[in-house]
Parts: sequence; C-alpha cells; structure tokens
Amino acid sequence: MKLLKILAATTAIAALFASPAFAQTRIALVVKSLGNGFFDAANKGAQEAATELGDIEVIYTGPTAATAEAQIEVVNSLIAQQVDAIAISANDPDALVPALQRAMQRGIKVISFDSGVAEAGRQIHLNPSDTNLIGETIIKLAADYLPEGGDVAILSAASTATNQNAWIEAAKAVLPEKFPNINLVATVYGDDDSVKSTDEAKGLIASYPDLKAIIAPTTVGVVAAAQVVTDQNLIGKVNVTGLALPSEFKQFIDNGASQAVALWNPIDLGYSAIYLANELIKGEEAKPGAVFSIGRVGEITLDDTNSAPMAAPFQFDKSNIEEFSKIY
Amino acid sequence: MSDVTTGRQLPNRLDNPLKSTLLSWESLLVLVAVVIFVFNSYSSPYFLNEWSLSDMTFNFTEKALIALAMALLIISGEIDLSVAAIIALASTMMGLALQYGADTPVLVAVGVGVGLLCGAFNGFLVTGLKLPSIVVTIGTMSLFRGIAFIVLGDKSFGNYPASFGWFGQGYVWWVISFELVLFLVFAAVYFVLLHRTNFGRRVFAIGNNDVAAQFSGVRVDRIKFILFCLTGLMSGIAAVLLTARLGSTRPSIAEGFELEAITMVVLGGVSILGGAGSIVGVVLAALIMGLVTFGLGLLNVPGIVMSIFIGGLLITVIALPILFRMWRQRA
Repeated sequence: MKLLKILAATTAIAALFASPAFAQTRIALVVKSLGNGFFDAANKGAQEAATELGDIEVIYTGPTAATAEAQIEVVNSLIAQQVDAIAISANDPDALVPALQRAMQRGIKVISFDSGVAEAGRQIHLNPSDTNLIGETIIKLAADYLPEGGDVAILSAASTATNQNAWIEAAKAVLPEKFPNINLVATVYGDDDSVKSTDEAKGLIASYPDLKAIIAPTTVGVVAAAQVVTDQNLIGKVNVTGLALPSEFKQFIDNGASQAVALWNPIDLGYSAIYLANELIKGEEAKPGAVFSIGRVGEITLDDTNSAPMAAPFQFDKSNIEEFSKIY
Repeated sequence: MSDVTTGRQLPNRLDNPLKSTLLSWESLLVLVAVVIFVFNSYSSPYFLNEWSLSDMTFNFTEKALIALAMALLIISGEIDLSVAAIIALASTMMGLALQYGADTPVLVAVGVGVGLLCGAFNGFLVTGLKLPSIVVTIGTMSLFRGIAFIVLGDKSFGNYPASFGWFGQGYVWWVISFELVLFLVFAAVYFVLLHRTNFGRRVFAIGNNDVAAQFSGVRVDRIKFILFCLTGLMSGIAAVLLTARLGSTRPSIAEGFELEAITMVVLGGVSILGGAGSIVGVVLAALIMGLVTFGLGLLNVPGIVMSIFIGGLLITVIALPILFRMWRQRA
C-alpha cells in the first residue's frame, strides 16, 4: 500500500514536469559546460534566432564538468529525445565523434560551433573567427602596449582545448615575423577553472620577474589573471589581455589591470549556429563551397572541410567596454 | 532452585528473515530504483524506449566495473583513488601501441595489462612498504596521469581499428551492448567471489579487524595486494571500453571517474570504514546512478542540478536507515 502511495505521488509530480512541446522544431545548443558567461550569451543569441525564425525551441544544455565523457551523456539523452538538430561546442574534437555519428545515423542534423568536432562527427563547423586572425590578435593586444617589447606568457584553458591550442599555435607562428621584440616565455594551463587559473597566474608572476603581459585566450583565465595582478599591486607593471567577456571584465579595464581585450560576439555565434542548424533541417546540403545565410550576421561559405569563419574578433577598451558590458 | 538445564531457552531476538530482507539496504535501493524508473517514465515520453534504455547503460557501465572491485577494496578497509588515472595511462599506452601497428587483441592486452601493473604497483606500495592507501593512491593518481600527459601533451591518439571500437560501441544482441553484458558477467563473478568463497570471507574479516584476521591465519597483505591488482585490472578493462567508445585517447580521459565509482560503492551500502557491504547493493547503486543521470538528462536538467541531486540522493539514502534506527529506538 505504501509503495502504491509513493508511486501515485511521484506520478503526480512527474506529470508536472512533462513537456507538451512536440510540433516544434527542436534544436539543442550543447555547450562545453554550463555556468559560463560566454555560452549564456550564445544562448541569448540562439533564442533571438529562434524568435526570428519562429516555431523553434532551443534546448540550452551542457555538462557541469567540461569533459568529453559528460558531454557524451548529454548527447545520448538528446538522441533519445529525438531532437531535430544538435549544435555543439565540443570539449574534445575526437571523443565526441562516435556519439555524434550515432546522432546523424538517427536523422539528427549535427553542427559544431566555437570549439569544433572532427569532420566525421558533424556536417558543418562554424568557427567564431579565423584561427590565424585570433592568434595574431591576442599577441597584438599585448604588443600594442609594449612598444619596446618584452616577456609575455600565455595562460590557456585545458591543455586539450581544441580552439585555444589552435590559436596559440597561430600566435607562435606570427611571433618571429610580425612581433620580433615580443618574447613568449611560457604557456600554462588553468583548465578554465578559477582556482587553478589563479594559481597558474601567480606561478607565472613568480617565475618570470620581467613579465610584461599575461595573455589569456579564455574568459575564465583572463579574469583570474587580472584579479591576481590587481591583488598583488602589479597594475601598470603587468598588463593582462586576451579574450574576455566585457561584463565580467569591465572592472579590470576600469582599474587599469588591462588595457584592452578582444572577443567575437558570442550572441552572434549562438544566433548563427541556430540559423545554420535550421538551414540543414530545411534540407540544405552541407558541401564544400556551399553558401549559407546566417540572418543578420551575413552569410558564410564552407571550405574544403565544411567549416567556415563567422567574423573577425572585436576589441574592447576604455572607449567601449561600458557599452558592451551591458550586452554580455 | 529449579534445574538449570531445563526450561532455559535463548529468546530469539533475530528479525525473521522476511522482515530483515524487507528492511535491508538492498530493498531500499530497489525501491529507490523503482521510484526513479516510474518517475522517468512519466516525466519524459522518450524514456520507455529500448534504445533510450540501452543508451542509459553507457552512463554507468565503465564506472560500475571499477566499482565492483573498489567495493571489495573498501570492504577490506583500503581505497584506491587512482582508478581514473589508471584508465588514462592504460588508454595512452594502448594509443602508443597503436602507433607501433598493434592490432585489436594486442591493444586489449596492453590496456588490461597496464591496468593490472598499475594496480600491482599500488598494492606493492601499500602492502610492501606499509604506506596508507589513501596517500599512496593520491600520489599514483598524479603519477599515472602525469605519465599520460608527458606522452601525449596536448595531442591525442585516434584512428583505432573498427574491430576495437566494437568493445565500446558494439551490441551483442538487439539493444544489449557488449559493455552491459561484460558488466553483468563481472557482477556475477564478483558476487560469487565476495559472498560465496573463502576469499570473500577473509576480505570481510580483514575489513572488520585486520589484526585479528592476521592472528587467525589470514594472509592479510597478500589478499590486500590481490585486491589492488583486481582494482587495477578492472580499471584496465574500463580503459579498453572507454577508449573504444570514444575512439580516441587524451590525457584528460575519464577525469572524475574515481569519485563516481566510489559514490556507487558507498550508495551501494558498503561501509566506508570497511567490513560490510554487498555486490548486489553496488550493482543497484550503479543502476540508480544511471537512471538518475539519464532521466534528468532527458528533462534537460542542467548538469549542476544533477550533481546536487546525486549528492542529495547519497546523503538521503545514507541518512534514512540511521534516522529510522533512531526513531525505532525512541519508540
């Protein structure tokens, strides 16, 4: 009897959770991990695209820990829900391939955005920007404020993060030619974890007394580094730069710990991802040379690997941080 | 003075078998599993589908394989925190073997073998050098994963042969995956080992009082060494499955698996202080973890809420019997 009562009670609770949405087109926006301002902004753009296109439900989801294994669990549950498309920013380009291939076998359209998936595991990859351009931009952000040159170090996300690694490679490639007086002394990894990033930033400052700039091409790392510079009264001595969310980073532009940072527009990124996924659902075919409309952002042309850059990174400094910090 | 030999009887204070079965930890877990299953069925229209249920099992099989051996280790009063790192090292070594042209049987042998060696190394440090297992395995956790990082850096190994991929992606029959079958087979093996053999009895004896066990003629160190080897072996097997499922190796593979495996063991009713526990409980706990994570996933519940839920479930299930006992004593 007691068991029956419990069952009846849970049934009633369960009924409250049941979602009525069936007729809509459902596109899942799968991010590296939740609780990240960048992806929340991407979701904002995704919702805008959904409103614009009409009759689209965006499922914004992702794991707590930024691991490939946890993301596979999320993908498996989306396959079970028979969503129409998955747009994913991957924690690992290779490990997600088998799970995403299974999704495609069951008729789900798959695109990757931001951090890509290997070609076999997706139909389109949308790069936020061009890898080489970002690599050059992050060095330039530091070099612009170092006319005499000097030592700089990179504080990255996880050592396995696809996009960060590509940018750092590109940055290293442009160093000897375009920035001969900039000396990259170290690359350390903060795993997109505030505590670890803080420790790594402290380590850099301790190990390299002549350090002039810390470049953190990750929104978590750049805040941690700027906080360390602020706390240790190194404002004016060590310039923190990299890729940062204006809203999270405004205080460090204001207090002078950083001169300038850059980022593409994550709102546009989420917006474009939903647009692309919707084009595929409507029956457009992804092949090299194909041109896709991404609404107000413009259009993209797929390259040989079915990937395309969205737009160039955008610089934030004292002149415009106020305005953008209110957006994302 | 009456005759002391007649009319004296020990009162039967033991609960009758039916009652004690109903009040056992395992029954509580079955109840929790049923409730969650029913909840999932009603909350999502996609849950009661053979492929969904099959996909669900992938959420726990690899961790549960480790939890089986971990249960024995914890019952004996030891612990191994390096299991996830063993997976990373075993997977890396398989990737390395692949670069030298190894085929599927060799890859499996390398994965399982490296796991066994790592377990033996832990076992040697704990039983040979008499170091506390928690300290040893925190150390080897960094050591094993560190080696994987040195070998791989920010690169990855991929392009495993399709026949190897079958271990992590293949189905034995219909929707029954190879991983699930392997888990069930090992669950049966560990059940017999722990509950039906002398070896299992000795594991309990060591966990309750290893000094007394030693004086009773149990070769404590040898059994502990074997348990560490078994845990390493299961981690090696999990490494084969996970690598085959992901089709690639990175040094960050399986991060956090050790805590999930230990959560399964504790949720399964194994005393963290050693000396008590059952394989049935661990298997049920693994199933519950799978049901919870997959069910909440179907509702697109954010991962952080899922962690809160699992934490809450763990505390509730552990606190319930204690509260029940306090309530019964007062009544």
